[in-house]
Amino acid sequence: MDAIRIENLTKRYKDVLAVDNLNFHVKEGELFAFLGVNGAGKSTTISIMCSALAKDEGKVEIMGIDIDEKADAVKRLMGVVFQNSVLDKSLSVYDNLESRAALYKITGKDFKTRLEELAKLLDFQSLLSRPVGKLSGGQRRKIDIARAIIHSPEILILDEPTTGLDPQTRSLIWQVIHELKEKNNMTVFLTTHYMEEAADADYVVILDKGKIAAEGTPLELKNTYTADFLTAYGIEEEKAKETGVPYEKLRDAYRFQVSGTQNALTLINKYPNTFSNIEITKGKMDDVFLKVTGKTLTGGDKQ
Amino acid sequence: MKILKYLIKRDIKLFFKDKGMFFTALITPLILLMLYATFLGNVYRDAFVSAIDMVGVKVKDDVIDALVGGQLFSSLLAVSCVTVSFCANFLMVQDKANGTSADISITPTSPSLVALGYYLSTTISATFISVIATIANIIYLKNVGWYLTATDIFYIFIDVVILVAFGTALSSVINFFLSTQGQISAVGSIVSSCYGFICGAYMPLSQLSEGFRTVTSFLPGTYGTSLLRQHTMGSAFDALENEGIPLEIIDSLKEAVDYNVVFFDKTVSTSTMYLYLAITVLVLIIVYVLLNIFKKKKKG
Repeated sequence: MDAIRIENLTKRYKDVLAVDNLNFHVKEGELFAFLGVNGAGKSTTISIMCSALAKDEGKVEIMGIDIDEKADAVKRLMGVVFQNSVLDKSLSVYDNLESRAALYKITGKDFKTRLEELAKLLDFQSLLSRPVGKLSGGQRRKIDIARAIIHSPEILILDEPTTGLDPQTRSLIWQVIHELKEKNNMTVFLTTHYMEEAADADYVVILDKGKIAAEGTPLELKNTYTADFLTAYGIEEEKAKETGVPYEKLRDAYRFQVSGTQNALTLINKYPNTFSNIEITKGKMDDVFLKVTGKTLTGGDKQ
Repeated sequence: MKILKYLIKRDIKLFFKDKGMFFTALITPLILLMLYATFLGNVYRDAFVSAIDMVGVKVKDDVIDALVGGQLFSSLLAVSCVTVSFCANFLMVQDKANGTSADISITPTSPSLVALGYYLSTTISATFISVIATIANIIYLKNVGWYLTATDIFYIFIDVVILVAFGTALSSVINFFLSTQGQISAVGSIVSSCYGFICGAYMPLSQLSEGFRTVTSFLPGTYGTSLLRQHTMGSAFDALENEGIPLEIIDSLKEAVDYNVVFFDKTVSTSTMYLYLAITVLVLIIVYVLLNIFKKKKKG
């Protein structure tokens, strides 16, 4: 079953076509990466999915439910971690979660039970009485996730969840997200500026000017849009030249750009002495993004 | 109902924990207190004393103190009931500005219920602060010159409640159109600085031009101030009468402090003033409800 199905989705802001006839689907339990520079149409699409924004044309189904028919039912199925924390900074963690849970009619004992589960899962028992504004970035992100899943949604939307976090906290946040995905078969819909996070996704859609510019699994995208790299260690430059293949000189090696793994193997077989101590790597998702959109995606800046 | 309870609880906690918002709400009453303490109090005292001296009757000091105190009391409440409501209701704008509204909009809770939550929490917060201010003022009057009757006190609380309802309803309609921190500051400054003038709290409207008075006779705030004047100063004026001051003098003093509102040469009765305020509140609430009903989904 598809967790999210989007057909011919279109949204205009006056003369600007923010989303242009978008079509894609997300399978249940999948980690889906939705990439694009700022203004590509990601946030607009997410807002429409959450029924927070009206669409002009098209159809959106969440877990088989049309958002136009049962918006409230759809809202119960989704949780969102916003790019910036939207919790009340002067209120305590407990007060924040209590007030948000009540919006899903989770109150009293039900709330306390759910809070206990989440505090254990995300390890924030000791933070309950602290004002959200006094928490560190990582701690606040944990509470944002707790808020997003307070009603046990089927789909978790993460809008650049790790932007601005240190590597250790990013790793911790991802550990939690993977745990949620594995244990609860939760579908995760991710937008991110960190391409290494997108590389772990089951499926990737790259959006450019409101349209899908490329889609596929990370491997498919790398195979289609980037070359393989064959790195040979411990050789002289003469040997590198002999191959006739473009190369880049590294500190202790030469890196050759080859179109596909098969061509890399042919090259190895042809020059066994040159390629005795080697490493074959795929292109990176950054290269895919650059190739597809002509832009790089670095911390939210369009370059 | 449970959801509404939690929405109100959150909004009230946020208002009282947000020191900026809380103290902004008290700025106008504080300005007024300062004005009275530095010169306005003396100016009004001199005006009362010189008017009474003209008659040559000796009046007890505490009657004068009760009149000056009553004028301060009514001015303070006339302003604070409305400005505190405005500031408390800025929470709805702040929620839009910092993205909390987006977070609330993705839940199955209806926007109308959220709007009602803002309205009720503002009413509760503003009533709480205004009632405390009223009690403080009553204690002050008790010390300087006590002429209030139980009926006066009862009506003062009625006036406070109806002015808070007016402030909340008006701010709900205005704040509906605001969405940024800058707009909060701009509207907050305008309300804080202007409302005191147009409702006659900083300076009696009787001292301003006739054209201005005609305009203000259409404004509900003018009636709120007048109602408060009647209930904070009425018994002190009665005491003046008992001391032998002629009615003409008392009437001219009442006119000087905006004790009555004149609408196109006709003095408006107390019951009409209440009715006008109540109708205004009702109309504003209807406008607010309609705005929420016709509100389209956020355009992102």
